[in-house]
Amino acid sequence: MKELPLNGDVKGKRKKSVSSLAKTKKRSDYFWAYVMIAPTMLGLFIFYLWPILQTFYYSFTEWGAFGQHVWIGLENYKRMLTDANLFQSIKNTAIYIIFTVPIGIFLSILVAVLLNQKIKGKTVYRTLYFLPVITMPAAIAMVWRWLYNADYGLLNYLLSLFGIKGPHWVSDPKIALYSIIVVAIWSGVGYNMVIFLSGLQGIPRVYYEAAEIDGAGPFTVFFKITLPLLSPVIFFVTIMSLIGAFQVFDLIFMMIGKGSTALEHTQSIVYLFYQHAFVLNDKGYAAAIAVVLLIVILIITAIQMALQKKWVHYD
Amino acid sequence: MKKWLIMLVAIVLGLLGLAGCSSSDKSSGESKDGKVEITYGFWDKKQVPAINEIIKKFNEKYPNIKVKTEITPYGQYFQKLETAATGGALPDVLWMNGAHVQQYAEGKVIIPLNDLVKKDDYSLDNYPKSLVDLYTVNDQVYGIPKDYDTIGLWYNKKIFDDAGVAYPDESWDWNKLKEVAKKLTNKDKGIWGFASTLMNQEGYYNFIWQNGGEIVSADGKTAGFDKPETIEALKFDVSFIKEGLSPTQAQMTETAASELFSSGKIAMMFDGPWMVPEYKKNPDINVAVLPKGKQRAVSIHGLANVIAANTKHKDAAWKFVQFLGSKDAAEIFAKTGTVIPAYNGTQDAWLKSVPNMNLKVFIDSAEYSVPLPSVKATGEIWQYEVDVLKKAWSLEVSVEDAAKELNKMANDALAKN
Repeated sequence: MKELPLNGDVKGKRKKSVSSLAKTKKRSDYFWAYVMIAPTMLGLFIFYLWPILQTFYYSFTEWGAFGQHVWIGLENYKRMLTDANLFQSIKNTAIYIIFTVPIGIFLSILVAVLLNQKIKGKTVYRTLYFLPVITMPAAIAMVWRWLYNADYGLLNYLLSLFGIKGPHWVSDPKIALYSIIVVAIWSGVGYNMVIFLSGLQGIPRVYYEAAEIDGAGPFTVFFKITLPLLSPVIFFVTIMSLIGAFQVFDLIFMMIGKGSTALEHTQSIVYLFYQHAFVLNDKGYAAAIAVVLLIVILIITAIQMALQKKWVHYD
Repeated sequence: MKKWLIMLVAIVLGLLGLAGCSSSDKSSGESKDGKVEITYGFWDKKQVPAINEIIKKFNEKYPNIKVKTEITPYGQYFQKLETAATGGALPDVLWMNGAHVQQYAEGKVIIPLNDLVKKDDYSLDNYPKSLVDLYTVNDQVYGIPKDYDTIGLWYNKKIFDDAGVAYPDESWDWNKLKEVAKKLTNKDKGIWGFASTLMNQEGYYNFIWQNGGEIVSADGKTAGFDKPETIEALKFDVSFIKEGLSPTQAQMTETAASELFSSGKIAMMFDGPWMVPEYKKNPDINVAVLPKGKQRAVSIHGLANVIAANTKHKDAAWKFVQFLGSKDAAEIFAKTGTVIPAYNGTQDAWLKSVPNMNLKVFIDSAEYSVPLPSVKATGEIWQYEVDVLKKAWSLEVSVEDAAKELNKMANDALAKN
């Protein structure tokens, strides 16, 4: 009996001190969290947010030599409405997206599912598919440029063995964009494959066991179990590939020469931006292009976020 | 208390980290022992050995000035300079070309050298007057000429021998060029007689001037692409592609014409003396004077060394520029066969550097040479030339239409400035 009040007393005291300790601890946790992310946040503000705001401002200016600029209001945006090159580049980018994103995702899922099976040497295959990801885009573009070379390239040489005269893969305006799309898909499959693989391995085995007991065939299993449970990963990959595809530049810059006749039919929005910003030194107009691109990407991502409720299953 | 201290340290460290990122600009430091470091910006990798030797010689005289080289390929050179100039981070001493000197001088990112020249009694008479004039903007000299180049007709002796045709000489004109190109073109062997490259200085400008056409009027106000003489010259150049005597534009963008030429796939092409280090590797290659049109003409252009306005070591930079413009430096350039030095009287050493090539044509033709257009909009016009003329070169549109479109764009660019 004697012990109880003592016990209770101790308990009460401890409880009190614990709660106040928790409060200060919580506060100091927040505090330390902010301290820890401060360098990153500073970097983010200085190197991302500030330039974005500046770009927005510059889109209302016209540039002279060496950084001089004057305010011209909405002129740059008006000019965009009549710029045939801009519309062509939007069309090119759209074609690029329509082909690379769905085909890329389809192929990555296919490869991921195949490499998730028990097959011999699957680590070798995984490495092979991942190799393009760790290769520099410039190196990829140079090698493909050589493969695609109409007169001395390997591709047309192989075709010539069958008596086919291969086209000018990267110089023919009708084909060049599709040649680039092939390279883009090829170099992107590995990265998405790894993400899908981890997604596949996160699906609990019990579902498959249950399906097996119920006598479901492999296709039913894939469409009724694998695909729905993989949907959050598919959603993530779709958003990332779309944003990446909107910003395509390096492959086009490297594979299509400056004097190439295919340039108009391959240049993307970002390539046009580069052309105006750094070649023609028309940075105000370039900034306007960048702002429009940013808004388009924002809108499309927002639409995807809204649509995800319809098809993405989180467990 | 202690925590505040830790936080302070954390923030300071974070800021230091950031400052560390940004302080790596190109401003050259001065170390304790009075040594200064200046940077020298240029684009041609082929000249690195000669430049390194010059820096070595320079350091024998001025051991306290360290020179760091900064090479940027020509394709990105002026884009990078533009950005660097905006941020005040130009190399202390740099190469300038005639197309950009006006823009840079008027933008006040390079400094006039008149005072320095006067102070040190430096003579500008050692260089061809046309080159000094090229770098004079509003009566102020901005650059010390480094080298110059004209264009020659390079040819592959072996292809001529195999076809039993005499090598090009002074008697050649446009018709002869066409006639021989036809003879030398051999579809079975994959050999083209001539390469109509989409290049201005080493290509169509020469034809245009030989035909009495013009690029930009003498007063720098209007473009001359739609002049009948200009159009006729461009048509002649494109006719080689049309008649299958030259690789197509698509082929030349996939494999550079100079590469096709060095590997014996092209019999003749126009190119500059800067290709000597490359072409001398192939013993079959030699050079002749350009064939004449209505008149003799060839484009001339020369580079100059200029000093950036943002330099912290103006004196050291000026000393280096003087040395680069000296006879000693010119002789090193000449001896290594890299470029035709601008310093009068040193050209002979250049001729002797590769005795089996007829390099004299480059110096002789300077007599009737025409300088490249030097207006503020030159850089922009050159971009439009590529954008528009390539459609004529690929035979998508007629030369007339392309020339008219180009002329309009060029005139707009000229009016803007």
